Amino acid sequence: MKSKGKIWKFGDHVDTDLIIPARFLNVSDKNELAKNCFVDVKPDFARTVQPGDIIIAGINFGCGSSREHAPLAIKAAGISVIIAKSFARIFYRNAFNIGLPILESTEAADAFSEGDDVSVDLSSGEIADPDGARRFFAKPIPEFMREIIDAGGLVDYIRKKMAA
Amino acid sequence: MTIAMTITEKILASHAGKDSVSPGELIDVSVDLALANDITAPLAFRVFEELGPKDVFDPERIALVPDHFVPNKDIASAQQAKIMSEFASKHNIKHYFELGDSGIEHVILPEKGLVIPGDLVIGADSHTCTYGALGAFSAGVGSTDLGVILGTGRIWLKVPATIKLIYKGNLKPWVGGKDLILFTLGLIGVEGAVYETMEFAGEVIQGLSMDQRLTMANMAVEGGAKNGIFEPDDITRAYVEQRSERKGHYWASDPDAQYARVVEIDVDQIGPQVAAPHSPDNVFPVSEIGSVRLDQVVIGSCTNGRIEDLRVAAGILKGRSVARGTRLIVIPGSPRIYKEAIQEGIITTLLNAKAVISPPTCGPCLGGHMGVLADGEKAISTTNRNFIGRMGHPGSEVYLASPAVAAASAVLGKIASPDDI
Ligand code: SF4
Repeated sequence: MKSKGKIWKFGDHVDTDLIIPARFLNVSDKNELAKNCFVDVKPDFARTVQPGDIIIAGINFGCGSSREHAPLAIKAAGISVIIAKSFARIFYRNAFNIGLPILESTEAADAFSEGDDVSVDLSSGEIADPDGARRFFAKPIPEFMREIIDAGGLVDYIRKKMAA
Repeated sequence: MTIAMTITEKILASHAGKDSVSPGELIDVSVDLALANDITAPLAFRVFEELGPKDVFDPERIALVPDHFVPNKDIASAQQAKIMSEFASKHNIKHYFELGDSGIEHVILPEKGLVIPGDLVIGADSHTCTYGALGAFSAGVGSTDLGVILGTGRIWLKVPATIKLIYKGNLKPWVGGKDLILFTLGLIGVEGAVYETMEFAGEVIQGLSMDQRLTMANMAVEGGAKNGIFEPDDITRAYVEQRSERKGHYWASDPDAQYARVVEIDVDQIGPQVAAPHSPDNVFPVSEIGSVRLDQVVIGSCTNGRIEDLRVAAGILKGRSVARGTRLIVIPGSPRIYKEAIQEGIITTLLNAKAVISPPTCGPCLGGHMGVLADGEKAISTTNRNFIGRMGHPGSEVYLASPAVAAASAVLGKIASPDDI
């Protein structure tokens, strides 16, 4: 699976309160949540993000609370993949569970800037410019996590297992 | 041959039906108690319903606690709380708590004896790690993981490596669990324990009361940890036996267990600590924080909303008054704590000092209600996070500290140590 889009760049330790502030958690509809995604740090994000766009960030992305509203809001906003140097533990699980692809690559996180066009091949982990001048490979996804993605998220994965 | 294991590895092995586990291993474990709150539960129910089973895995091993936006702060919150109570009655959830019986989830679960040593608890709330104070394995997850647990009673986990933190020496006056954990976060950083366990050990830890241990385990997640844990001892036993009929499993780490790192911390040098905006690891001794004028002081939350915390605050506020221009909001973590505080005269002391008392709720901790900050306002709080906008306007600032520092700061209207008053 390939995704292509413009980069939204963030620094280290992007916490879940920045992704979706708690004052907006009195709803659980993902499209409502998406409207306030990153509202305190990038107020234009929700209005201007295009389907397929990509987030690139530093270390410990998604730290803080366990709110699944955070990856849900990002996914519903149209982001196709998050590339970070590293992810916080609960966010990492949540993203896989809801089927939001995430990749770890320190090199790509350093190389690309806000607004760059990038394509990402989720199966090979390749992250590249349109002309292929800059090409990086993300850390491979653990096999077990890949099974969850292949099943279409945790719910379908468990359903399959329960049926077996 | 038996393999040497840490307490965390032993609890995980016992719930995976294995003799031993080691760090990095993926295991499928049974869950003793599953927890969700008014924010995370509605999403988890949706997942549970998509998954298909008619019944929850065990109506007696699920705790549903409305605490974040209750008493309902607006219509949308009321709708979420209603979804919870309807699910609870449909599925006969034994440990669903209504207002009046309910408080902050991580305060009331230990208080009601729902977690005992050796348990494996998974909650759709990041501060589920609090129960490590009781010698249980507990970790936070998102709503999808929790929804699956509601149906299956099981979850997959990666066995974390453990960092052992050994605290030695003698605690200075006014220094307690909150200062120790803040100091530790300053030392290791907010990513210092990502995917790992923080095991709290050493002579200082053995002398800490249960309330202080709960404070420390609570903030393990602020270091990125999967869980924080204490070996259960006589203090644990005394706490648990008053509250639960169940017999706990008092695991201990083997002397030759493998650790990712061992960090020794000499507490003789540690004074009261403060985490400055906007990160829990941006920690300084209170003496180095400079002059910070305060609009608001909050004493409460799953970190420091317990009776001992209120006692310390009242001790400092007795016969004194909150500074003009500063608001003090005190939030007992549960109805039981509220009642104890009334019986001990704490509430009267606080009211005399011009504090306002909130019903048990998360409230301002997450900028929900009951004390949200305006643009440019500064607060000191006994809570656990001070990210941008955590307590209200993104232009507000939050400092984190112990109840002692918070109470002294309320009196002086600026960040202060109890020694300053
Ligand atoms: S008191 Fe604060 S940190 Fe604790 S559960 Fe409530 S919102 Fe979360």
